[in-house]
Amino acid sequence: MQLVLEKRAERSNTIALVSPLIAIGLTIVTMVVLFAILGKNPLLALHAYFIAPLTDGYSLQEIAVKATPLVMIAIGLSLCYLANAWNIGAEGQFLIGAVAGSWIAVKTQGTDAGAWVLPAMLVLAAAAGALYALIPAICKVRFGASEILTSLMLVYVADLFLDYLVRGPWRDPHGFNFPTTAEFDPVATVPLLIEGGRLHLGSIIALLVVAAAAILLGRTIKGFEIRVVGAAPRAARFGGFNANQLIVLTFAISGALAGLAGIIEVSGPVGHLQPGISPGYGFTAIIVAFLGRLNPLGILIASLFLALTFIGGEQAQIAMKIPLDVTKVFQGILLFYVLACDSLILYRFKLVFSNRQVSRGAG
Amino acid sequence: MALVEAIILAVLAASTPLLIAATGELVAERSGVLNLGVEGMMIVGAACGFAGAWLTGSIFIGALFGIVAGMLMSLVFALMTLGLAVNQVATGLALTILGIGLSGLIGAGFVGERITPAAHLAIPVLTDIPLIGRVLFGEDGFVYFSIALIVGVWWFLYRTRAGLILRACGDNHVSAHALGYPVLRIRTFAVMFGGACAGLAGAYLPLAYTPFFIPGMTAGRGWIALALVVFSSWRPGRLVVGAYLFGAVTILQLHAQGWGVGIPSQFMSALPYLATVIVLVLISRARTGGSTAPAALGTVFVPDR
Repeated sequence: MQLVLEKRAERSNTIALVSPLIAIGLTIVTMVVLFAILGKNPLLALHAYFIAPLTDGYSLQEIAVKATPLVMIAIGLSLCYLANAWNIGAEGQFLIGAVAGSWIAVKTQGTDAGAWVLPAMLVLAAAAGALYALIPAICKVRFGASEILTSLMLVYVADLFLDYLVRGPWRDPHGFNFPTTAEFDPVATVPLLIEGGRLHLGSIIALLVVAAAAILLGRTIKGFEIRVVGAAPRAARFGGFNANQLIVLTFAISGALAGLAGIIEVSGPVGHLQPGISPGYGFTAIIVAFLGRLNPLGILIASLFLALTFIGGEQAQIAMKIPLDVTKVFQGILLFYVLACDSLILYRFKLVFSNRQVSRGAG
Repeated sequence: MALVEAIILAVLAASTPLLIAATGELVAERSGVLNLGVEGMMIVGAACGFAGAWLTGSIFIGALFGIVAGMLMSLVFALMTLGLAVNQVATGLALTILGIGLSGLIGAGFVGERITPAAHLAIPVLTDIPLIGRVLFGEDGFVYFSIALIVGVWWFLYRTRAGLILRACGDNHVSAHALGYPVLRIRTFAVMFGGACAGLAGAYLPLAYTPFFIPGMTAGRGWIALALVVFSSWRPGRLVVGAYLFGAVTILQLHAQGWGVGIPSQFMSALPYLATVIVLVLISRARTGGSTAPAALGTVFVPDR
């Protein structure tokens, strides 16, 4: 008796809808076991993770703030993944965007530069992120180099470059030798939506990005081409779609969005450039993209959920001394379950009773 | 002369984890499975390896812990990609994300602890030969093992029937299946071998390279190992060359920082990563007339019955 996979005649729409929910359920069950192993009360831990952050206004705002970079990066990544182009270096594009935008903020510091500063920072950051993402894209289409490896390698390069800047030329002279730039001037800061709150203009930009992506994918020919190239490369060739051009395009868009997310994070919640501005947004966004089924609306919901795990993780650490790494384990396990459940959209399990083992084995 | 010897020793030490991890991944990829989770398996191997050595006081048991940890991680990967036919790229990424979290969790209690690093071989007279003595007869056990490993893998892949079957699975799983070979089972073993190697390579870092564990200490070596497999065109001989070249680049940047070359240290530290990008471009460009990758690499296979 054996459990085997069998291809479904057509994809199951029911499972497509419920699979993210099953995945979240299975992850929570796994987390209960993990908390028990760590010697923590699972119910209290789950409460700290998923309920407590939803009960006060400050944490709710903080979830939206954390979801902002996630949703922007994940939307870009989803375009890449739909076109079957594997950009996994969003973390690097995020950092380069932050660096490029900060350049204007640092250079105009203390001058009477006007309201043009922030828009210029946003534009430059998006352009820099896009250019940085074009490196792996062009290496891929011109030379056939694996975009997975090159985009990932460039994350380390971007990280070191940022480190050099804030320890060297851009270090705040009055910063007691801490590796950070001076606090940005008000004209170089993303405005808050509510005075004294945490929500900032970036969240509105993120919502606009979601809407734009929904229109691009659902209502335009380019969006159609992106989906066809990924889902049916042969059909795309017959249709005359240029796959290479689409790889370059999706990489550029995703790099621009990651760069934009980077500068918004730095000039908003953080307020200055320093190492460690990202708790791995670029990588968590990969999970967001898959959990959201590469669909703009799904990604919006998924980003809020993963932002909740970041905030919940911090609260669980403070309240119950649960290590922050549990959040990463949680996110990794979640991605596993999401992928596993997605498999059931195309396949189903079947019990095979007749033991029709082929006798000519390896050996 | 002492400096030359020191540099060669350092290059060998820096290359060994790359060589071990890349050897394992080469076997997995030759069977048709692209496991991008090498970095995750390595870092868990590092944490478990250090934990094992610290708890038992034995480097050997530490290495075994690392191997088992890597294998368990790869088993999860095999279950997903071979059992459930999930996309290999996405699963590999998930494995790396999970591994980084797990290693932090496992290693948290061991940060700041030290162990006695793996002993180096010492043969009277031979080890004392100037210049080559310590290079040839004074390494730690991992270095010798890594060389035996790659020779063994070469022999297995090109000189045994099982190796031929494994390569057949990687080049055309439909034909291999039609001939009656259990493609999924063979791939599972290949992936587990890759996991064992990645775990051992990770364990090498806290057991021999530095005698302590720090979170994230693999620092992208798993990804460089993946790039090395591409660089080698999936051939064991070239893999050795590639691993030692990359070890040399790593050591070069460390020494350049020591010599006080007027370049900021961060730029020198970025060198191995930039070198990886450049090498990938050059090697991919140099290949004319089709790819040398196993033809079925990274593709899903669900046997029809």
